[in-house]
Amino acid sequence: MRYSGLRVIREALTGHRGWTPVWRDPAPQASYDYVIVGGGGHGLATAYYLAKEFRQARIAVLEKGYLGGGNVGRNTTIIRSNYLLDGNEPFYEFSMKLWEGMEQDFNYNAMVSQRGIINLFHTDAARDAATRRGNAMILHGADADILDREQVRAMYPFLNFDNARFPIKGALMQRRGGTARHDAVAWGYARGADLRGVDLIQNCEVTGMRIEAGRILGVETTRGFIGAKKVGVAVAGSSSRVMAHAGMRLPIESHVLQAFVSEGLKPLIDGVMTFGAGHFYVSQSDKGGLVFGGDIDGYNSYAQRGNLPVIEDVAEGGMALMPMIGRARLLRTWGGVMDMSMDGSPIIDKTHVEGLYFNGGWCYGGFKATPASGWCFAHLLATDRPHETGTAFRFDRFMRGLAIDEKGQGPTPNLH
Amino acid sequence: MSQSNRIPGGLIDRSGTLSFTFDGRSYQGHPGDTLASGLLANGVRLMGRSFKYHRPRGPISAGSDEPNALVELRTGARQEPNTRATVAELFDGLSAQSQNRWPSLAFDALAINDRLSPFFAAGFYYKTFMWPAAFWEKVYEPIIRRAAGLGSLSRLPDPDVYDKGFLHCDILVIGAGPSGLAAALTAGRSGARVILADEDFRMGGRLTAETQGVGGLSGADWTAQALAELSGLPNVRLMTRTTVVGAFDHGIYGAVERVSDHVPVPAEGKPRQILWRIYARRAILAAGATERMIAFEDNDRPGIMLAGAVRAYANRWGVAAGRRVAVFTNNDDGLRTAADLRAKGLEIAAVIDSRKGEEVTGSAGRLGLRSIKVRDGSGRTRTVECDALAVSGGWNPNLHLTSHHRGRPVWDEAIAAFVPGPGGPAGLLPAGAAAGHLTTHGALKTGAKAAAAALADLGHKAAAFDLPEAEDAPVSITPKWHVPGKGRAWVDPQNDVTVKDVKLAHQEGFRSVEHLKRYTTLGMATDQGKAGNVLGLAVMAEMTGQSIPETGTTIYRPPYTPVAMGALAGRSREKDFKPTRLTPSHKWAAEQGAVFVEVGMWLRAQWFPKPGETHWRQSVDREVLATRASAGICDVTTLGKIDIQGKDAGAFLNRVYANTFATLPVGKVRYGLMLREDGIVMDDGTTARLAEDEWVMTTTTANAVPVFRHLEFCRQCLWPDMDVQLISTTEAWAQFSVAGPNARRLLEKVVDQDISDAAFPYMACANITVCGGLRARLFRISFSGELAYEIAVPTRYGDAMIRALMKAGEEFDAVAYGTEALGVMRVEKGHVAGNELNGQSTALNMGLGKMVSKKKDAIGMVLSQREGMVAKDGLRLVGVKPVDPSQPLTAGSHFIAMGKPATAAHDDGWLTSVVYSPHLGHSIALGYLKDGSARMGERLRTVNLLKKTEVEVEIVSPHFIDPEGERLRA
Amino acid sequence: MIINHPLLGPRDAQEFVYLGDARLIGRPDGMDEGAAQAFHDHVFLRDNPAGEHRELWFHEQGDRSWLVVTRNTVTHEITKVELARDVARALGRSK
Repeated sequence: MRYSGLRVIREALTGHRGWTPVWRDPAPQASYDYVIVGGGGHGLATAYYLAKEFRQARIAVLEKGYLGGGNVGRNTTIIRSNYLLDGNEPFYEFSMKLWEGMEQDFNYNAMVSQRGIINLFHTDAARDAATRRGNAMILHGADADILDREQVRAMYPFLNFDNARFPIKGALMQRRGGTARHDAVAWGYARGADLRGVDLIQNCEVTGMRIEAGRILGVETTRGFIGAKKVGVAVAGSSSRVMAHAGMRLPIESHVLQAFVSEGLKPLIDGVMTFGAGHFYVSQSDKGGLVFGGDIDGYNSYAQRGNLPVIEDVAEGGMALMPMIGRARLLRTWGGVMDMSMDGSPIIDKTHVEGLYFNGGWCYGGFKATPASGWCFAHLLATDRPHETGTAFRFDRFMRGLAIDEKGQGPTPNLH
Repeated sequence: MSQSNRIPGGLIDRSGTLSFTFDGRSYQGHPGDTLASGLLANGVRLMGRSFKYHRPRGPISAGSDEPNALVELRTGARQEPNTRATVAELFDGLSAQSQNRWPSLAFDALAINDRLSPFFAAGFYYKTFMWPAAFWEKVYEPIIRRAAGLGSLSRLPDPDVYDKGFLHCDILVIGAGPSGLAAALTAGRSGARVILADEDFRMGGRLTAETQGVGGLSGADWTAQALAELSGLPNVRLMTRTTVVGAFDHGIYGAVERVSDHVPVPAEGKPRQILWRIYARRAILAAGATERMIAFEDNDRPGIMLAGAVRAYANRWGVAAGRRVAVFTNNDDGLRTAADLRAKGLEIAAVIDSRKGEEVTGSAGRLGLRSIKVRDGSGRTRTVECDALAVSGGWNPNLHLTSHHRGRPVWDEAIAAFVPGPGGPAGLLPAGAAAGHLTTHGALKTGAKAAAAALADLGHKAAAFDLPEAEDAPVSITPKWHVPGKGRAWVDPQNDVTVKDVKLAHQEGFRSVEHLKRYTTLGMATDQGKAGNVLGLAVMAEMTGQSIPETGTTIYRPPYTPVAMGALAGRSREKDFKPTRLTPSHKWAAEQGAVFVEVGMWLRAQWFPKPGETHWRQSVDREVLATRASAGICDVTTLGKIDIQGKDAGAFLNRVYANTFATLPVGKVRYGLMLREDGIVMDDGTTARLAEDEWVMTTTTANAVPVFRHLEFCRQCLWPDMDVQLISTTEAWAQFSVAGPNARRLLEKVVDQDISDAAFPYMACANITVCGGLRARLFRISFSGELAYEIAVPTRYGDAMIRALMKAGEEFDAVAYGTEALGVMRVEKGHVAGNELNGQSTALNMGLGKMVSKKKDAIGMVLSQREGMVAKDGLRLVGVKPVDPSQPLTAGSHFIAMGKPATAAHDDGWLTSVVYSPHLGHSIALGYLKDGSARMGERLRTVNLLKKTEVEVEIVSPHFIDPEGERLRA
Repeated sequence: MIINHPLLGPRDAQEFVYLGDARLIGRPDGMDEGAAQAFHDHVFLRDNPAGEHRELWFHEQGDRSWLVVTRNTVTHEITKVELARDVARALGRSK
């Protein structure tokens, strides 16, 4: 079924009787050409592009819970391509371009909204770093602007400009950055994949891998063995658990990241903003809630929940940046499990097992990467070659000394 | 119209009168009222508008679960959007405004949405607004954003103060209704340290709202008696207006005390609110239960309320929700509302008991209820005139905190509700209605029992608690979730989620609870699903033909009720956002009119303007030139200082530095390069050997803390038997750099020893005395490239020392210089600092590759040799100068070869640090350039695409001055 | 969270700085044959278990002890806290 304004009007006038399920609920077949483990954003995007762009068939997505229930369903919805390093920026810019055409491509309104993102800076050294990064972005074909303090003030006059511990000196801005409606991204990809014959199988947890003579034959699941010529794993925070079935230890730790939303408020903040002197970033959803977050809790966790110190730390950042929010109320907190990698950058690569592919290590930045991650993983699965924008995301970069460390924090994942 | 709906009785103080306004109209109420009870007493039912359809709304509840009656409380900078009128304690002068309506609450233009509701079904926006693509940001979204949102912020800084506090107890009792009071009495009498916290301003929970007594007393009297006893116990702390909002790990609870929300302005010295972090060995969740609605057509009109709330308004506040009240219930509890109101002399228009096959099928009244439609068991429909309808669809235990660790509740058929399941926070025991014991007797009994269990766990003997007599009637509920019909029946009132929306979600395959919530926004409103989650789940269960627990469960996340951001931030705001560290010379520098700059937590003097200097460059140029010409003094205390002692200190340093240290003679200083284990440069600095087993390491300001932590890791975890002791002495010593050709002559006036070049050559160090006997440390090291020393004295002498040094320098025209001049001189000399030590650079990148000894196993040595890090054409530190000296350079600009386009393929590196060199008379820079050491003399472009500027530059040695180091050895 | 420090008793986890897997104690010998591979595995690879995890915490706002905390990464329950120095010695580390 094609969605359109006309269709919405017709259904409204006829009691909404014509809407059909967005996806089928198929039973798993005995085997597939491609099994994608993980029905989150990246897994669904991978299946979608495999079917649509790479013309592959006999594809299944296995999801242990419900579709879109992983980090794609619990993030702060930011999209941007404001990366510094050569290994990253082309990939994220590719992702941005896919965001820009996404809704028309999969016929679902994911509310991709390029209202701009600013990264505030508060020291001369941070301005130098922002200048370096902004130039790198433009060199890679992305857009970037540098704003001085007064330009920031014109945009957000209610920030603390005059009585701050760390005065705002300016900001790096990407006007094409913004937000997207996170659930709709998952649903749009799911619907698009389903329409192209991909079997989306929910409540199907992978419990083992059948590997013989260095080659994968399929996966054991809570719904029985499912054979596969190729298995692609895209399970974010569960990466280590799933890949352990293939005997692998990963350059990844799982950490909890909390995120927050306030009660609904009349429009205050048009774009996305990150505070440069504390752990706080914020945007305002179309419904009016301030969506914000800060740093990860900092300890290994699979609990999908965090603790009070980080909640306070984030609120402190918020109050330091915009002291008006003291009287706004925090409505809900939640936690997601992040696949924090050793250099803060992802992995999209083959493994030592033939036919087994891995996609992970997205840290807390996986949402914005969703389209390109899906595309690049589909490219690797279909062609056995990395996509041109994802050639750096290899396992062996740690062995070879080619880490992609945007923050310069080294192999301590909770610092990325 | 003055309190037309006020009726006798209740727990309000009728001797006092409070004036307040709502939407500019004045009303009167009494102490003990909430804004909602005060408005209802004045006959005002319309208090808000719903989110999507802008339907007229009044309160449905009398507590913190209220989804409808949200107002903007107070004015100006204290304006609080989305305040629930049902919990806003009335005070004299209170001012409230309705929100999310235009132009007025009674006439709201966006109520047009209600007429268009067929077009606004669940998830409609996912299916449209896609063409043309550019219209989303430009047209559709701006309209949606303007219409959305609830209340508004003032955009002014919050003028109030918030505090944070820490409390410890044996047993935290959450909720002071019958179960909480019984628990607190049991625990308090046994001597345990007890905190009893309740979100209300009056303790007692439902005992304040019910007419059945406890132990022969009225509920209020029994409560008063219990509180009197508890307040006499020194081991019990009673906290009203305190909501326990979250259960965190290991018995830590977050609680918010609203200290001043019931007064116009916080009293002098009082915070508005306090965030308490409560460390409780055990906790008892006695948070009661929340009543739920039955969905039927137009069940959202002002005047349609929960039956328990109607009862509470009558019994606690002396307020009639209406003059002619109908009751719709599926359980016996609803019948009590009818009985209580009758006893108050109010007219009961009808009692519709769904267990008898009767149901309410609709309602009428544009801005408030006028009548309902009732269908009896035989299918006959009649209209009942009434101005209030009390609905009871059963009670949901307030189990929220038990699911804060993601434990799932379980279904209890007997009360048709979820009750706490396994997997709750360790040490948290639910009791009373929160545990599904919905009678007063059950609450008292299980409260006392939970306390006894907690006491036993903690090794206390539980004191006796004689269970007072109380009602114990069975709930006798027959679930009735919604009344089928053609119209819209509200499930989640604030977000306008109706039964139809749940059905549509089912029809479209959004059947898992999470999909249902996300697709319809059920449970996403400010009440976080307290009003609608279970109802929505029940409707979905009906669609799928499964039981409710088979369909799914619903869990809650912190906070229990929304929390002001100010309370979570406490005092950490504005200048107090982070601690401020001051250097020992700060006072002196301030006297000189220094301009200060934030360097991490430190404030450092950036430059020292002199009269007549109007631009910072004038001051900085003067400081640099004066230092290079004669002498300059700079406070360098912020550099990390670590004392390292012990027999194995030398061997230890050999392992933590990439270069060799064990061979350093006593009395000498060496530059050290420290790597991370992955081979990237972690930090640099000097380490001095003051005695055989006494070393002093310096670190960069930024890395003082991480380096110390790292060294402790090496010492304790890697080489636990090495005889090495570490202590951070950053704050213990005030340290000053004295630089310039006259540095020695200046210092000679202060120090007590011979510091001639022969006695104290370049890279010498010693424990010395100054000013006739004050112990000090002297190092002959140079960051500026000049003849320079760093002299350290105990911090308490820092102020005296800077004054002594400046006095000694007068004859040399010595200047004080700040961080800017420091930065200029280090770039002129080609020293790396923060912009080069960026956590991404290797020793080789910095031109220090030869320092990494491969003859010893130091941290980072092995991985620094990986192929990607030793590439021959990798980045190298270079010096950069503009071909045209008048052109300024910009840090962060990238190198592009001449004649090549500015694209990533031709990106050859970037400028890390740029300064104006007054010595050379033009801009100079350091930069990382691909294969840089082989490109000396080459001309390149440095482009700053952000400003669309470019400068032609020449690549030179990074040592702009004195490359042979003659000055520092002078 | 609360960490029951073996010397100081229960302390709020906010006083500590977290490093990660306690296997980081087992630093290979840089002069060994095959040190590159050993260091790669040691520095970059993790078990990252969902369940019991032995991990390093530093009492930065306290006595500067490095601790090995045994904590469940699913429930966050802490079952054991040891001085890292003792753990290191038990693993045979010395000088």
